[in-house]
Amino acid sequence: MSAATYTSRKSGDRAQTEPPLVRWLLIAIALIFLTLFLLLPLAAVFSQAFEKGLSVYLEALREPDTLSSIKLTLITAAVTVPLNLFFGVTAAWAIAKFTFPGKNLLITLIDLPFSVSPVISGLIYVLIFGLQGWLGPWLQEHDIKIVFAVPGIILATLFVTFPFVARELIPLMEAQGKEEEEAALVLGASGLQTFLRVTLPNIKWGIIYGVILCNARAMGEFGAVSVVSGHIRGMTNTVPLHVEILYNEYNYTAAFAVASLLAFLALITLVIKSVAEWKVRQQLGND
Amino acid sequence: MKLFKHHNNVLPGFGPTLGFTVFYLSVIVLIPLSALVFKTAGLSWGDFISTVTAPRVLASYKVTFGSAMIAAVINSIFGVLVAWVLVRYRFPGRRIADALVDLPFALPTAVAGITLATIYSPNGWVGQFLEPLGIKVAFTPVGITLAMTFIGLPFVVRTVQPVIEEIEVELEEAAVCLGASRWQTMKRVIFPMLLPSILTGFALSFARAVGEYGSIIFIAGNMPMVSEITPLLIITKLEQFDYQGATAIACVMLLTSFLMLLVINLLQKWSRRYAD
Amino acid sequence: MTIRKLATTLAAAALAVATAGTAIAANVTLLNVSYDPTRELYSDINKSFASYWKGKSGDSVTIRQSHGGSGKQARAVIDGLEADVVTLALAYDVDAIAVKGLIKPGWQRELPHNSAPYTSTIVFLVRKGNPKKIRNWDDLVKPGVSVITPNPKTSGGARWNYLAAWGFALHQKGGTEATAKEFVARLFKNVPVLDSGARGATNTFVQRGMGDVLLAWENEAFLAINELGPDKFEVVTPSESILAEPPVTVIDRVADKRGTRKLAEEYLKYLYTDEGQKIAAKHYYRPINPKIPTRLAKVKLYTIDKAFGGWQKAQKTHFADGGTFDQIYAPRK
Repeated sequence: MSAATYTSRKSGDRAQTEPPLVRWLLIAIALIFLTLFLLLPLAAVFSQAFEKGLSVYLEALREPDTLSSIKLTLITAAVTVPLNLFFGVTAAWAIAKFTFPGKNLLITLIDLPFSVSPVISGLIYVLIFGLQGWLGPWLQEHDIKIVFAVPGIILATLFVTFPFVARELIPLMEAQGKEEEEAALVLGASGLQTFLRVTLPNIKWGIIYGVILCNARAMGEFGAVSVVSGHIRGMTNTVPLHVEILYNEYNYTAAFAVASLLAFLALITLVIKSVAEWKVRQQLGND
Repeated sequence: MKLFKHHNNVLPGFGPTLGFTVFYLSVIVLIPLSALVFKTAGLSWGDFISTVTAPRVLASYKVTFGSAMIAAVINSIFGVLVAWVLVRYRFPGRRIADALVDLPFALPTAVAGITLATIYSPNGWVGQFLEPLGIKVAFTPVGITLAMTFIGLPFVVRTVQPVIEEIEVELEEAAVCLGASRWQTMKRVIFPMLLPSILTGFALSFARAVGEYGSIIFIAGNMPMVSEITPLLIITKLEQFDYQGATAIACVMLLTSFLMLLVINLLQKWSRRYAD
Repeated sequence: MTIRKLATTLAAAALAVATAGTAIAANVTLLNVSYDPTRELYSDINKSFASYWKGKSGDSVTIRQSHGGSGKQARAVIDGLEADVVTLALAYDVDAIAVKGLIKPGWQRELPHNSAPYTSTIVFLVRKGNPKKIRNWDDLVKPGVSVITPNPKTSGGARWNYLAAWGFALHQKGGTEATAKEFVARLFKNVPVLDSGARGATNTFVQRGMGDVLLAWENEAFLAINELGPDKFEVVTPSESILAEPPVTVIDRVADKRGTRKLAEEYLKYLYTDEGQKIAAKHYYRPINPKIPTRLAKVKLYTIDKAFGGWQKAQKTHFADGGTFDQIYAPRK
């Protein structure tokens, strides 16, 4: 990077940027938008969660049904996120680094779960594994439970969060092209080495965003899971379903207390990203 | 550079990665979705047409797709702005703002709906100030757009953001060295680089909004012909144990979204070629 | 982890599984799939029945609860949710399960009183002091009165609301199907929001401050007052209303498969005992045993069988696609 461009500016500033007035105007617009659409809802969740004080808040979280719903949600995310991460990286490699006929069709099919109404995402598994479905009678004979049990919840969540990582990586990897990988290969690196040393560092942001989104959606999904859950208290209720139950019991404080746990995910995101940024900076320092 | 473009076989792993992609896609998405089509196939052609073109269903398409389109446009404009501000500028509260963007994903849709209604209903935090001005948000079609904007925002921000992170400053410097103004650099250099990801974000935000159910029913009012969304009609069919009617409408939604996504993906390909 | 450590862990795990196995043998579970407003009722019933059963047979019984919209719950059972018993909002939904062969035909005659151990009706919840002076059904159609009810297409409770209003109009002097239809259409002109479920409508009325009157199950109206403040709302009982009979039944196929038939039957019969009836009365349901005291006002009640010829017919006439409810909202040609 040329040092000359930095001379007239504070260190750390970008080489090129807008005039301060424009910059602050843009920041102001962005912040107003975020406040109206995101900060207010977040504040509403927390204000209702803490309406009756901290002790009531903690009490709501210690309830056994709440704890079992948290456990189920964590299990679901722990299964779905790695699977979809693996798929996302593989798919992005095939799609972004190679040209083949039907590529756009494939991308569109990967997008498809986004546009399927959550209600339908649940329903399709009921149509297949339900008692009236294709495999239902056979499953019942062998006493295997898929829908209205944990496997169904995991399947529905897999479906809903299917495109996240792939969709995050494809535009990024396409924008980067493949010259760097080709250079590495020409210089004698193996395919795996190339991927680990060249591709992976380049797509780390995409992976981080993709995993964060995938995880957030996996934990927060309501509609699809609601269809396949069966709503058995203490057994097949995930956190979002439990929130609905509490709300419908007029237990608003507890409902928002549990919901606030999911809102905390955003804070965890913040921590993960800060750590990642710090690590990257360290790496650069060592180079 | 040009030389390499024709050597598609240099990179390894095409077969296995594509194979796995297609396999996983089929197991998780295509085969389950085909159940929808098979179920609908039980209907006669005439029944299918009359189910999916009933006046209320038609009105719901208009509400759903129209609101989703408006929400996606809002999200594209403000999402790109937010992503740009978050990556390029340093200001107090930037990290918090950045973390906030994921909120719509983490918040269960039902909670989102209830919360938005809390804020924008006539007795809500913001709604009470809008009501005297004659602006009604909750329980009107505006409420639907609001909920859709909320759930779709992270799609645009999070697809555009990594691309902005990757833009090389050298490129902008080069533009300046060649005598381009900031506005020209923006228009000629940066915007074309961002366009594919903006289109992706738009498509995803639109697609997600079309299918959304949980958050909308709390704020829509759900009045037939006015503020009734298509997924609600699917639920209505299911309540009558009319699975085929439900899957028929679902198929129409699926096909429409698929076509729109396909068009946008093709547009994206075109925009990339244009950028090159 | 050393090999020895691993072995001890495995042994401990095996032991835990074994003891868990024996624990399950003595502790039978039942799954009661029910509709939304009965959560509080059944959590009381379940505790009471568990101690009753422990005393009678020495076995522990855990009854799991699942709640949701009545139609949705019926669908889940049809699609394989292994409910030992269902306790739903309307016989129509139970019939839908029976049609699929999971329940033997004639289920409604298995238990006394059409298999409905408690009944309820539809009343009005109004804001404190009743500022709009709402006393009866005909007050709901007056201009300027805003009525909150869920959507009859998606909510079982809302179907009772709709039919109750229809029945009232039918019973007026000179009342015909045509005048009833006109009456109900006018009523729905006063409805600003159609929530998808009963509790959603209650929340719209209570939390959002929408509407002057909420049409609700009697037990829901009283529960809302208890939970949300007697200083804010009051219940108005109209001169006449519909008799809602939420039915209960054993899911034969599941109970036989799981070997829980006897227990499931005992559980449902318990609802008819004095103790079960008292708990129902406590939760503002109307007990069918006249000896059990109730705090609820006397109302002239009509049954769905008499006024509408049963659920199958009512569903088809009013709530199926193109039925009278759809006609209210059909675009004018």
